[in-house]
Amino acid sequence: MSGSEPLDDKARSVLASLCAQVAERPSRVAVLFPAVGRRVARGPGPSGDPTGTLGPTLEDLARIELLRTVVESLPPRDAATEVTDLYEYGDADEKRAVLHGLHLLDGAVPDVAGTVRNLLADALRTNDTRLIAAAAASPAQSLSDDHAWRQTVLKCLFVGVPLRLVAGLDTRVDLELARMCADFAHERSAAGRSVPADTRPVLDRFPEHPFHERPQEG
Amino acid sequence: MRIFEPHIHMTSRTTADYRAMYDAGVRALVEPAFWTGQPRTGVGSFRDYFDGLIGWERFRAAQFGIAHHCTIALNPKEANDPRLTGVLDVLPRYLAKDGVVAVGEIGFDSRTPEEEKVFRRQLELAKEFELPVLVHTPHRDKAEGTRHTLRLVAESGISPEMVLVDHLNETTVAMVHDSGCVMGFSIYPDTKMAPDRMVRILSEWGTDRMVVNSAADWGHSDPLSTLYTGRAMLAAGFTDDEVDRVLWRNPVDFFARSGRLSLEGASSVGATFEGNSILRGERPEGDAG
Repeated sequence: MSGSEPLDDKARSVLASLCAQVAERPSRVAVLFPAVGRRVARGPGPSGDPTGTLGPTLEDLARIELLRTVVESLPPRDAATEVTDLYEYGDADEKRAVLHGLHLLDGAVPDVAGTVRNLLADALRTNDTRLIAAAAASPAQSLSDDHAWRQTVLKCLFVGVPLRLVAGLDTRVDLELARMCADFAHERSAAGRSVPADTRPVLDRFPEHPFHERPQEG
Repeated sequence: MRIFEPHIHMTSRTTADYRAMYDAGVRALVEPAFWTGQPRTGVGSFRDYFDGLIGWERFRAAQFGIAHHCTIALNPKEANDPRLTGVLDVLPRYLAKDGVVAVGEIGFDSRTPEEEKVFRRQLELAKEFELPVLVHTPHRDKAEGTRHTLRLVAESGISPEMVLVDHLNETTVAMVHDSGCVMGFSIYPDTKMAPDRMVRILSEWGTDRMVVNSAADWGHSDPLSTLYTGRAMLAAGFTDDEVDRVLWRNPVDFFARSGRLSLEGASSVGATFEGNSILRGERPEGDAG
């Protein structure tokens, strides 16, 4: 329960009872998961961001504990099916919480890893920065292949999700991503638009792809 | 005049309607799940519809300063289609969600055995999820359909103040008044009920438990008919307080029994929904990835 310190005693007590219900009958999560905001807690989490873009909200943290209970109560494939249903039936808040807890699924099982990749890809197809940020920041990004991961980084650049949130940024940046960022920067510059500062940390690591911003009046 | 519109199908309406409603004093509304004119062929269509009610439509309303809530149910007409019985299985997920303030519209269309079975099942769901119920009364054979409806409600054991029986008229108001349920009247341009008839009913029966709506949808209807009714009430000598009771406090009290009514919803939603804006082609700086 390391993620739940931000919850007060009353919230933790209600959450514990919801988790107990899910442990006893995992399918109950279908109706308990959506009700978490009004029954346990809602509001900004440790990141201080009420939108949940920069980090999980209180209701996200509580929902992650329900996900943990599902994963502990069911075989890996069944848990993945239950979590997929929570995502697919979820509103934006519920989807975001699923993304924050996606790494709890057992990625060592090939089918389950496929499910995780599909849910990450779905979130990254939206234009909702809260979902994109949660998918990009997920430790489950380790299951994404390099192409998918680079596309994740590029999507974050496009929609303004800070790159520092992206899981694996320190270890996975490569020459191909630097090329993509350089092309993106050229395209923005050619259109007379500003180049996001977030491209610099990537480009600076690969001087093979220098990018010099053109004068804006061009 | 502040207006809580307790029954309107905004999915079928335009942004011009939203603007006109706001200008008329509408600050909150409830959009019941119902038939969409074109029969649906599968459970997936309902899921998309329900997702729209809790998602995109809520966002759209907020852009015009109106708090949007919805009710969720399998409607009586489509309860007869065997391809759609699976809708009952997905209802619990939606009935658990924030912003869902009642089970509805449920009730009768042609009073078939299938309709009755689905009606009873959804009354059970309302009890399980501690939600109010919005009941649609039939267009045909209305009086008998309403009587049958009240029998099922009584048998369900749901407290009458948790039930709003809608689309009433001069022939059905008495029995619903006696039942203790909340009484709903849909004010239409030509049919169902008109503002002057509504005023006569209010004069006879009082304003207690009385709720007025436009039930505007994809058919001939007017989203401002609540405003016209309020004006007709004032012209007939009702006070501002009585108008406020019918057009705001009564529906608020009823849906607040869900514990999920939020009248500040209009300010809590961002300028885009899942990254999409209602401003066609006008996008804030930053690309649509």
